[in-house]
Amino acid sequence: MKDLAARALDTAKARGATFADIRLIHSRQESITVKNGKVEVLAIGESQGFGVRVIADGAWGFASSGRVTVKELDRVAALAVRTARAAARVKQGDVDIGPPLRTVGRYQTPFRIDPFSVSLEDKIGLLLAADEAMRRVKGIRVAESAIELTRENKSFASTEGSLIEQEITRVGCGIEAMAEGNGDVQNRSYPNSVGRHHGCGGYEFVQAQDLPGNGQRLAEEAVALLTAKPCPHGVTTLVLDATQLALQLHESCGHPIELDRVLGSEASYAGTSFLTPEKLGAFRYGSTLVNITADATLEGGLGTFGFDDEGAPAQRTPIVRDGIFVGYLTSRETARTLGLASNGTMRADGWNRIPLIRMTNVTLEPGDWAFDDLIADTDEGVYMQTNKSWSIDDKRLNFQFGTEIAWEIKGGKLGAMLKNATYTGITPQFWASCDAICNRSHWNLWGTPNCGKGQPSQTAGVGHGTAPSRFRNVRVGVI
Amino acid sequence: MSGRLLGEAAIKRLLERVLALSKADQTEVVLESNDSALTRFANNVIHQNVTERQTELTIRSVIGKRIGVAKGNDVSEAGLRRIVERAEQIARYQVENPDFVSLPGPIAVRKVEAMLPDTLAFGPERRARVVGIICRRAREKGLVASGALQVEVTELAVANTLGVYAYHPEAMADINIVVMADSSSGYADYFTLDASQIDAEALAREAVDKALRSVNPLDLKPGEYPVILEEYAVSDILDFLGFLGFGAAAVQEGRSFMGGRFGQRIMDPKVSIWDDGLGEGTMPTPFDHEGVPKEKVEFVSRGVANAVCYDSYTAQKEGKHSTGHALPLPNSNGPLPMNLYMGAGTATKEEMLAGVERGIWVTRFHYTRHLHPLTVAVTGMTRDGTFLVERGEITRPIKNLRFTQSYVDALKEVELIGRETRLEGGYFAYNRVPALKLPRWKFVSATEY
Repeated sequence: MKDLAARALDTAKARGATFADIRLIHSRQESITVKNGKVEVLAIGESQGFGVRVIADGAWGFASSGRVTVKELDRVAALAVRTARAAARVKQGDVDIGPPLRTVGRYQTPFRIDPFSVSLEDKIGLLLAADEAMRRVKGIRVAESAIELTRENKSFASTEGSLIEQEITRVGCGIEAMAEGNGDVQNRSYPNSVGRHHGCGGYEFVQAQDLPGNGQRLAEEAVALLTAKPCPHGVTTLVLDATQLALQLHESCGHPIELDRVLGSEASYAGTSFLTPEKLGAFRYGSTLVNITADATLEGGLGTFGFDDEGAPAQRTPIVRDGIFVGYLTSRETARTLGLASNGTMRADGWNRIPLIRMTNVTLEPGDWAFDDLIADTDEGVYMQTNKSWSIDDKRLNFQFGTEIAWEIKGGKLGAMLKNATYTGITPQFWASCDAICNRSHWNLWGTPNCGKGQPSQTAGVGHGTAPSRFRNVRVGVI
Repeated sequence: MSGRLLGEAAIKRLLERVLALSKADQTEVVLESNDSALTRFANNVIHQNVTERQTELTIRSVIGKRIGVAKGNDVSEAGLRRIVERAEQIARYQVENPDFVSLPGPIAVRKVEAMLPDTLAFGPERRARVVGIICRRAREKGLVASGALQVEVTELAVANTLGVYAYHPEAMADINIVVMADSSSGYADYFTLDASQIDAEALAREAVDKALRSVNPLDLKPGEYPVILEEYAVSDILDFLGFLGFGAAAVQEGRSFMGGRFGQRIMDPKVSIWDDGLGEGTMPTPFDHEGVPKEKVEFVSRGVANAVCYDSYTAQKEGKHSTGHALPLPNSNGPLPMNLYMGAGTATKEEMLAGVERGIWVTRFHYTRHLHPLTVAVTGMTRDGTFLVERGEITRPIKNLRFTQSYVDALKEVELIGRETRLEGGYFAYNRVPALKLPRWKFVSATEY
């Protein structure tokens, strides 16, 4: 690998690159999906390839290939320089990535049980048991359960002398029950919805979720939703469970703090950000209870790694302190615009994509409340659980979320079940209305495996630590 | 043969080698080869310029009623053996799927010309020339251009041990542009098989004009308004109808708005929606990922629910034949349409404006997500040019609005359908769509710009 990398970097330099890096990657995936008692997906995938990123004539270029041969390395390195030179025809200044960064290191995701060493029979057996538990409940039309595993072995080298080896192992699993009846369909998911719950680690992650043990409860909730009342319309107190809050954090904090987005590089796709540079250190993002941190060093997080794809080490960065916006996610190039150094958040979705600024584990620090006390302290409101839909405008201000299930809160107690629950708001107003966050015993590090960004599109796995929290004067039931 | 293509002869040899290596009862091999390049720009400069080349194989092995799928991009002899062995190994671990009958047998596939030399030769320098024009036009007006220009060369081939063989090479290009001022933005895009047809001046003019016309937008109280939806917005409607309702698995699982309503009127009689992989003015797709030829499927015919599309698995469940809409494996969602059309009407956009007492002109939607599959209730934002229409004229730009609207309900009453259609690349499919004038659309909140 070291020789192949050196060859590509030498070719790039010989063609005129002033900087180059290369990532050589081998990845392996395993997907199992059980649907209504049948194994509908049992697939193993493998991918290898490399990507060469260069600066030539003061502009970026990138080329990649799935054919790992010396001849192809030469072609791709030369093509990367050619694309950079073409990009230089439409530039206003030279790319500046700051002082050289030389990192030599090695990182491996820690795990107890290698998920790829567990037999397919065991994994299928676990999913069939969960499937059966869901389908025991009358009214369930579709039961689906899944396990997904990925292992990525990555070598990174740069013309600045960096040389890094990493092995990242990701595991994910979940179950979903769809009930049909009463002219309606309703879904429930566990431990999380839409892409399920993922983390970096071993098969112990899957075992800890106890999918079979949650199947029946989940299915019963789905069936009960068919005859539940719709969520009422109005402005009220909202309590969010930790999984829904994780996505709220993702969309309304995680994306707007990506400095490349702030500087306009995503304008033509998902948009820009309201958190413009003059707000750094001065803007009230939320109430004084709100403390948010981006931490790529948290054990087990889906956004946990040793080094980013520019070779910067994993870091912990304050984002919101006592409600004030204090930090961005940065790269070498974007950090220069603020006179800072990268805080190590550049990640690429495989060998054929360039690194972009991606969330690491963007977490809401826990508060003081026990969940039962929080509900008991709430006279009237709605408790919403598990995301169902999500949408936010192209500056990350106006959002609307829907959840799979909700309950009325009346007189400090959870009451009737509600379906088709939604809530809407404007980001800083919403976070300013946060007046209670549950304590560390309710806090969990959730993994979102399907964060989209970039053209061509890239998917990243990111983490969000959250605990149930309360928000005042929120508009709910917008449908 | 260009270096960007493997070529049919080499691909056929590769597929035959895979099938010769297989020991399963039935084996299917799908090859997807891709050589793509994308020039991305922001702040009036090219900031990302990328290329990619790879060949990926997906092998489905069937042993009895047990199915295993393996993928890989190592196409050396050792790599092929490894993928075949892996697919067969996991098929043996599988539990039987009693609903599985067979892989599809051979049906003749029509050849479609979709590989134009000019697109094949559209390199980084020509991409930079197009982008340079757009950035210059934006800068001249004190605006900021962003976007992406992609050129993609693909080869898709499918073979199986029952005699299926199909091969389709394609080169296509697409570009999208957002031009921004401090308080406004405008949009344009274009999808084509012929990259030389990309008219940078015209696209820049459209996006720049929209950005200039939407400067200093005013607040408008959310509520129900008549709307004129440009083709960009209508494409989103087809995306969700197709994804949530037009596939057979959605009906079989009880989550489609089409279920139990075949033969009934579900939309305005002016509305017809169909899928046609070989139709005029789309990115042609002669066969699906099982090698089955694409059939034209009329989903909604003059407002009446008519049919859905099938792959071999969902078709066999109902004793029907596949319509050629299988997706790449692994996939548990079932078949989906990939080349959607909404039938054109007769109206010009000027005719749509006439008679609107007070309504909203929408350029496009942003970040749309469905709330319920049976109603296709969707929420999302307007973006890149939203205007108030008063007494038959666009009078002023307005701040972007959030809507929550059932797309099926919205099409129950359609006032006018545009006489021109435009090809759009949606989330899931290529959509050929007209503009629409609808009597009501539910806007629920506003944003700050």
